[in-house]
Amino acid sequence: MSLLSARNVSRAYGRMSMLGRTRAHRVLDGASLDIATGETVALLGRSGCGKSTLARLLVGLDQPDTGEVLYEGRPLAHLSKTQWMELRRTVQMVFQDSVGAVDPRGTIGSVIAEPLRNLCGLSVSEIRPRVAELLSAVGLGPDVAHRHPHQMSGGQLQRVCIARALAPQPRLIILDEAVSNLDLHLQIQMLELFADLRRARGVSYLFVTHDLRLVERFCSRVLVMDAGRIVEDTPVSSALVLSSPAGRALQEAILPALPPSPARPTSLKMATPIEAR
Amino acid sequence: MEAIHPHGRTALVDGVSLTLHAGEVLALVGASGSGKSMTCAACLDVLPPGTRRVAGSVAIDGNVRTAFELRGRQVASILQNPRTAFNPVRSMREHVGESLRAIGRRGADARAEVTQAMRDAGLDDPERVLGLFPFEMSGGMLQRMMIALALVSRAPFIFADEPTTDLDLIVQREILDLLDRLKGERGLGILLVTHDMGVVARLADRVAVMEHGRIIETGGVMEIFHAPQHAVTRSLVAAHLSLYGLEDVA
Repeated sequence: MSLLSARNVSRAYGRMSMLGRTRAHRVLDGASLDIATGETVALLGRSGCGKSTLARLLVGLDQPDTGEVLYEGRPLAHLSKTQWMELRRTVQMVFQDSVGAVDPRGTIGSVIAEPLRNLCGLSVSEIRPRVAELLSAVGLGPDVAHRHPHQMSGGQLQRVCIARALAPQPRLIILDEAVSNLDLHLQIQMLELFADLRRARGVSYLFVTHDLRLVERFCSRVLVMDAGRIVEDTPVSSALVLSSPAGRALQEAILPALPPSPARPTSLKMATPIEAR
Repeated sequence: MEAIHPHGRTALVDGVSLTLHAGEVLALVGASGSGKSMTCAACLDVLPPGTRRVAGSVAIDGNVRTAFELRGRQVASILQNPRTAFNPVRSMREHVGESLRAIGRRGADARAEVTQAMRDAGLDDPERVLGLFPFEMSGGMLQRMMIALALVSRAPFIFADEPTTDLDLIVQREILDLLDRLKGERGLGILLVTHDMGVVARLADRVAVMEHGRIIETGGVMEIFHAPQHAVTRSLVAAHLSLYGLEDVA
């Protein structure tokens, strides 16, 4: 059974102006997806295609106008209070904007302690070592627990948000462009951390991104989204080829691996064909 | 420059020297926390609280300039997140007005220049866009508007700090093409801060690599990709190429 699924969800946003409510803009238009336990699914699409809205619906931050979201087969709309708490703990989300996702007045330690206290019911004495452990998992030292968000770089703060998402040992983590602000070494390091958790505890991921380069490395299945619909659902193979127009456009926009070579080649090695991985 | 904290002081950027020429893109690359953005901020004296510039100077054609003289006049900035760079309750027209006032320009010719700069930045319907508020615009449109404002300032140099990191792949390609074109047409000198070697491969002429607040290697873009000298540069390039399945090429 799927851990989390969306069935034909639609969502429109009304826009307010000086003249009152204007025509609603439909962001999601009958989108469906399933995420199984231990599966890593990429949700790919241009900005404005509805990826983030779909992600927000999946964690229950927002409700669909039509259609439904199911957690272990149960519609979110009919979850009991205990089941909601379970959803809050087992499905975590990491947002793109790390600065906006943390309390600017809290310390890093308090940011990570929040789910431990509220969702896991840990005591004060249990929280401190767990915070240090989580910080170390994302490559930060225990001393940063005393810092405030404005004393951290964007990449450090994003890792704090990842540590916070890992804190309640979730079964599914939704990563909404969560690693695109990190430098490449950290991106690879974070993806390896996620892959370790997938192997050790069967954690699932929904990897919302527009960067195809990471998808091939990390994901088992790719969903391409365009204008509020899922337009392509493809397993990731060694040479990922997308066939939908939206998928192809993204694939064609991938940045070059190497600078354009000058008229006279300077290196023979450049001509080597791609090695099999 | 250094950070001041209760336990003392830490040097964050330590003796960095860079030369940026007109008509070139110099990429400043390095791991997060290596001091790339701090270097730009220190040049323009817009350092965050708790940090300060302790030494160094910026000269244009040999003449030392104060940060006040540089900011917005000689050096325009394009920031990573266009959504937080604009005032959410002001229209684009008001942002343009503020930019023009800052450099003491007014009148019909200034307005005509704004329209032209917006067209150059790929905003095809300037009059309509000027009436929009940030929440009515996409990230790509806002980033084009930020570039248009940079052009209006007539600053010969641009500091672009991760200008395409928050944009989708297709808009990213369009913005990089745009910066490349403006470099040629207007002879702009662009300091490009990025962690994405793909962006460097697309746009940069020269590359400076930073680690722990110092520049550890500077070279032409071909040298950096094909014959990196420093271990940090080598691992940066290798990690980048591994994304393309090209581990064994470099």
